[in-house]
Amino acid sequence: MIELQHLTKQYGDQVAVRDLSLEVGDGELLVLLGGSGCGKTTTLKMINRLVEPSAGVVRVGGDDVSQLAPHELRRRVGYAFQQVGLFPHMTVGDNIGITPTLLGWSPDAIRRRVDELLTLVELDPDTIRDRDPAQLSGGQQQRVGVARALAAKPRVMLLDEPFGALDPLTRGRLQDSFIRIRRDLGVTAVFVTHDMVEALRLGDRIAVLDKGRLVQIGTPRTLMREPADDSVRQLLDTPRREARLVDDLLSDGTGT
Amino acid sequence: MAEQLALLPEYLSAHVQLTLLALLCSAALSLPLGIAVTRVRWLEQPVLGLAAVIQTIPSLALLAVMVPLLASMRLQSIGFLPAFIGLTLYGVLPILRNTVTGIAGVDPALREAARGVGMTSRQQLWRVELPLALPVIVAGLRTATVWTVGIATLSTPVGATSLGNYIFSGLQTRNYAAVLVGCLASAGLAMVLDGLVRTVEVGLRTRRRRLVGAAATVTAGLYLYTVVTLAAPLFSDAARPVMVGAKGFTEQYILASLLDQWVERETGRPAAQMQSLGSTVAFDALAAGDIDIYVDYSGTLWAHLMGRTTVGGDRATVLAEVRAFLAEQHGIEVVATLGFENAYAVAARTADAETMGWTRISDLVPLGPTLSMGGDFEFFSRPEWTSIRDTYGLTLSNQRTMDAALMYEAIAEGAVDLISAYTTDGRISAYDLRVLEDDRGAIPPYDAVVLVGARLVRDWPDVLAALRQLDGAIDAETMRTMNLQVDVEGADPTTVATAFIDNWTATP
Repeated sequence: MIELQHLTKQYGDQVAVRDLSLEVGDGELLVLLGGSGCGKTTTLKMINRLVEPSAGVVRVGGDDVSQLAPHELRRRVGYAFQQVGLFPHMTVGDNIGITPTLLGWSPDAIRRRVDELLTLVELDPDTIRDRDPAQLSGGQQQRVGVARALAAKPRVMLLDEPFGALDPLTRGRLQDSFIRIRRDLGVTAVFVTHDMVEALRLGDRIAVLDKGRLVQIGTPRTLMREPADDSVRQLLDTPRREARLVDDLLSDGTGT
Repeated sequence: MAEQLALLPEYLSAHVQLTLLALLCSAALSLPLGIAVTRVRWLEQPVLGLAAVIQTIPSLALLAVMVPLLASMRLQSIGFLPAFIGLTLYGVLPILRNTVTGIAGVDPALREAARGVGMTSRQQLWRVELPLALPVIVAGLRTATVWTVGIATLSTPVGATSLGNYIFSGLQTRNYAAVLVGCLASAGLAMVLDGLVRTVEVGLRTRRRRLVGAAATVTAGLYLYTVVTLAAPLFSDAARPVMVGAKGFTEQYILASLLDQWVERETGRPAAQMQSLGSTVAFDALAAGDIDIYVDYSGTLWAHLMGRTTVGGDRATVLAEVRAFLAEQHGIEVVATLGFENAYAVAARTADAETMGWTRISDLVPLGPTLSMGGDFEFFSRPEWTSIRDTYGLTLSNQRTMDAALMYEAIAEGAVDLISAYTTDGRISAYDLRVLEDDRGAIPPYDAVVLVGARLVRDWPDVLAALRQLDGAIDAETMRTMNLQVDVEGADPTTVATAFIDNWTATP
């Protein structure tokens, strides 16, 4: 469904992404995983041309995206932003319905779709639809952000650390919802995160990036069993290391 | 007060016309320009720089400079057009700057989100950037509104009627009721228009359609009124009134009113006045046909218009040369010589003159370096001053330029020792001043003459005949008394002019 071929992005002398190639299958969720500045967000934005590559080719559904008008491409690809980016001067309903509006759907169809999506992301349409985004909690805003990305029934979805700014409990609940939504809709997705647990929970496969390079790509199981190098091993070991830390603290507290 | 309020509908309506049309054009210019600047970044510095430069020009000067500029393009140089263009330029900066700031201030994350959901660059502008920048843009519009209403009061000297007519003539004739009416009315108008813009913005922001609708209806109504009242004269069959011009001082207000009433009385033609014109603006207006009649002074025309730097002999000689020059060069006729001179003169406090034994300008020369002198806005740059200085070899310690109305206060309070007085000015005796004799003939004669434009000569022989009757009608003493009545006793120029006509026609 998505193909990246020898993708490179340079800003002056700085290479953000270097010769990156990978494929995402139909209905698959690929996690782009790595620390700050590893090039994961840049890679994601090159897929819907929010960033133009310096070299290489991106194909979505077989089409070379450089041959499509950027706005046409983006209406076909849902995008959920790290900062959510809900338009403060529009109601929640208008925010969710924006891409269908741009595509010229009828007001009736848009209204039905908005209510359907609000229900899908577990918000009550009748209480939420006509509110301003500022009146929602962070978790609710992010649910609306996901609903907006799904509004025009895209077959491909891009998500840039959508749950990164939320508290752990809320984040967990949104991950649960997202797993269910994806199972229901069967949409192809690329999901950027630096959170190991999130990557392991959501990803069909995980691509580990470091300094703009693809270090390893594979299923969570493969990565755990056969890490390509020490950096991958350490990265994947973080959840266990954290769990040990908690255990130590607990045993310390009860032992004396 | 009642007679001032009677003028309000005319002045206020003209003020609204000027302000609203200028604001509309300011916005129509600066909004697209501001948007263009945010799209083509290199335009920002030159465009904002130019707008800022226009803003630094003092507003009165900006309006005044439109007169020769428009005249050189053979456009209407007096009245509505120069004021309208000046005001439009003045309103550009606040709207332009706030449009640029407002759009640039939109959160980059929202801009990216707009692209991300599939908006074209145009949709991004209309659906995201402009709505989010709206409060800032409206703030600019409100600034422009208040400025434009205020600065429109300065349209009076370029011949556009406005609430400034109250202020300019009120200050000159010491009619503070008129000044007050003018100030209050323009402040009130500023508040109403500002409130209207604010209401539209609040309505848009809170999505209250009814509020927006109401404010928009009122605004549209005002614009409709403006357009209709401005266009009405173009379609009406009524004859254009005989336009009488007046420069911005008391004697001119009295004489303009006198000519206005006289023409109406003798010919039955409607007449109107254009008041408080700048000195050269009045002549340009006559030459261009924007006014038909005004009173000027032979010495002023001699020095300014004909560029003579020498003092040209006696009254008759100067008058004859001025008459010939005006007829040949401008097709303007000197239709009557009113019978008095209003010359520039050097005046001192009577007490000083008696103590020091001053009777002539020559007497000042030895003490010159210890004396200070106040002059009106023109005096020290006029050929008359050069002539006095050079003829007598007079040097002063200090020369101060000030408003003519304040000059008399200044000498009375001792802030200056001498002033450039006008010989028919009633305030000379009121403030106990003495005019010093021009014993070496440095100051040219200043016969008050009634000038008429070419069209009046051609089309309105009856008006011409009526004006000829005024030849020699007013002597210096009469003029001085009339000026005194307005300046010191607070009479209305119109009333004084009416009284003169009644009195003059009654005596055989």
